[in-house]
Amino acid sequence: MTSVTDAPENPLPFGRSRSRRSGSGRAIRWLRANLFASIPSTVISLLLIFLLAKAIVSLVQWGFWNAIWSVPDNQTGACRAIRGLGACWAVIPEKYRFILFGTYPFDQQRRPALATLTFIALFFVSSRRSWWRKELVLVWVAALVAIGLLMWGGIGLPYVSQDRWGGLPVTLILATFGLAFGFPLGIVVALGRRSKLPAIRSICVLYVELIRGVPLISLLFMASVMFPLFMPDGVNIDKLLRAQIAFVLFAGAYLAEVIRGGLQAVPRGQHEAADAIGLSYWQKNGLIILPQAIRHVIPPLVNTFIAFFKDTSLVLIIGIFDLLTTAKTAIIDPAWQSFSVEVYLFVGLIYFAFCFAMSRYSRRLEALAGPT
Amino acid sequence: MTTSTPEPRRKRLRFSLSHERLKGLFWQIVVVGIAIAVVAWLWSNAVHNLSVRRISTGFAFLGREAGMPIADAWLDYSPKNTYLRAFLVGVVNTLRVAVIGIVLATVLGTMIGIARLSSNWLLSRLAAVYVEVLRDLPLLLQLLFWYVLMQGLPAARAAWMPIDGVYLSNRGLVLPSIPIEEGNLWVVGIAAIGLIALYALRRRLVARQLLDGRPRRLWPYALGLVAGLPALASWGLGVSWTIAMPELRGFNFVGGLTLSPEYFALLVALVTYTSAFIAEIVRSGIQAVHRGQWDAAMALGLRRSFVLQHIVMPQALRVIIPPMTSQFLNLTKNSSLAVAVGYQDIVSIANTTLNQTGQAIEAIALIMMVFLTISLGISLFMNWYNARIALVER
Repeated sequence: MTSVTDAPENPLPFGRSRSRRSGSGRAIRWLRANLFASIPSTVISLLLIFLLAKAIVSLVQWGFWNAIWSVPDNQTGACRAIRGLGACWAVIPEKYRFILFGTYPFDQQRRPALATLTFIALFFVSSRRSWWRKELVLVWVAALVAIGLLMWGGIGLPYVSQDRWGGLPVTLILATFGLAFGFPLGIVVALGRRSKLPAIRSICVLYVELIRGVPLISLLFMASVMFPLFMPDGVNIDKLLRAQIAFVLFAGAYLAEVIRGGLQAVPRGQHEAADAIGLSYWQKNGLIILPQAIRHVIPPLVNTFIAFFKDTSLVLIIGIFDLLTTAKTAIIDPAWQSFSVEVYLFVGLIYFAFCFAMSRYSRRLEALAGPT
Repeated sequence: MTTSTPEPRRKRLRFSLSHERLKGLFWQIVVVGIAIAVVAWLWSNAVHNLSVRRISTGFAFLGREAGMPIADAWLDYSPKNTYLRAFLVGVVNTLRVAVIGIVLATVLGTMIGIARLSSNWLLSRLAAVYVEVLRDLPLLLQLLFWYVLMQGLPAARAAWMPIDGVYLSNRGLVLPSIPIEEGNLWVVGIAAIGLIALYALRRRLVARQLLDGRPRRLWPYALGLVAGLPALASWGLGVSWTIAMPELRGFNFVGGLTLSPEYFALLVALVTYTSAFIAEIVRSGIQAVHRGQWDAAMALGLRRSFVLQHIVMPQALRVIIPPMTSQFLNLTKNSSLAVAVGYQDIVSIANTTLNQTGQAIEAIALIMMVFLTISLGISLFMNWYNARIALVER
């Protein structure tokens, strides 16, 4: 009772003098403040530690201790014997080429791999704030052309038709092209929604609300079954391209709403000043309003990109071979049928890597924009 | 001279004004013209293609026999029923996932959002990991994952029984249930009336407390109206509320309420995925409440849970409700992923119809109509609620 005043410094009855500056003393103080501050907190901590320990032990047992890492060619008997007790990671080295690149000709799979790396480099370059210049548009055009060349072929590379594309490059193509074309569309629609002209405004409102009101799946069904009905005889557009068009329309509507939020945040004075110096409508928006509006909404834009990247997986339902579809197809093989959990974890890790990088990036931008 | 100078200037001014208007009119006519031309072109192609394929347009097919089996229907349904009936079953199945999913996701998401702000380091870290992992994986992947896990569960004979009467097996989740007959519905109706009466009474009591400042007890009325009245009614009408426990007979369960593996996987995937987003909304909503509110309430000697419930949450709700509405809409739209695991919601049934009859335009129009109606309903309700909790400015 006498040591009430120095209680925070000597929280525990042992190690009184030496622990004052040592690491373990600080750790104990930290534990006491953050895990065992009160009785309910202590109960919660103990319960969580118990559950966590149990979960980690069983996960380690399943994922490492009892796991089988390789089996001699397709002899999955050993794997099936330990089903539920241990993971069969042997499925990954067996199937990863198919999961990543689908039915792309096996000896040519260096090409989609290179295309994937090009995509990643492109994202990396675009994420640098100091490189946000007009030349970036040229970099994008060059990169997308290069990816097209790699995937289709040309300049010495044999031609590969889109039907044989699959896996990660298809996911990246759907997401990137969807955003690259959806973004300008979104800008135009967002401007149209704020236009003074009633007819243009109502067309934009109708478009945005219709697309946002229905599930993406119904848009994809439309692209896969209804689209051919609306085309004249003889025009036959490839399935991947139809899905891509649906994605552009979808992305356009969602991005338009985000950009509209940014437009609303630009003060009126900016419009008036631009009008006062006699800029035309497009000059005013292109040079004054949009740069400010988009800067305001970069974090929500990145969040929309993440959502969009995840949504590309829905093409599974109309049978396009993206990363998730190849994963699901890989385990149709009877020998490997019962190891879907392992495959889904593998694919999940890839999706997670992309989305996590984007969400970290968005949080950093938010932190940068915060204080101002 | 002096009177003639303003004349041409005014004219020019009027001309330039009408010029601006003319320009606007011109662009509107151009855009609308292009839109109409595109729609007309698509329409004429569609009419031509449909006549070539001999598909008759219109909703007459709804009256024909559907011939499609629906495994998990809440309404009476057999494949001999019409397409219209099948669509109705689909709508009910969609609503069943969406409504229950929204309620569970809100509860779970709020709990995790509050856990993220906990002073307990371990709890807040675990909540953060939960949010980060679930938000960064595609929902469809999570759904397939849960479904595979469901299929990997033991057979009905070796079902897991976490609580007495609750069985989890590859046949789905089986819960004890109360068989509902007409009498039960009457009693439920009476309980609902009691609840409304209680709400009205509470308003009156609060109004009177505002007049003289004396608090009044509500719980005796609550007990009487919500528990006593229905109990009395059950006794009077001779309604029984026995709980039917599921029993294993042969290879399957008899009695109780069975949630099919497809439904259960879809529900779990939607609830966990959406709860991660709701947790973030709740967290940022609570953080948006000014620190001074916490400090002032703590200075009055109120308990933390009381402060959270009565001081912080009502203010946070104003920030929380608008983004929450869009999460509810997302959950409803995402319920259409059901088609990937074979749960027959409206999208899945419309898709089967489309493959059977070729009525692509009608089927997709029906999907859109259903979702636009549900979205509108949720939006209207949430806007009403938002207006109710909004700050009343003097």
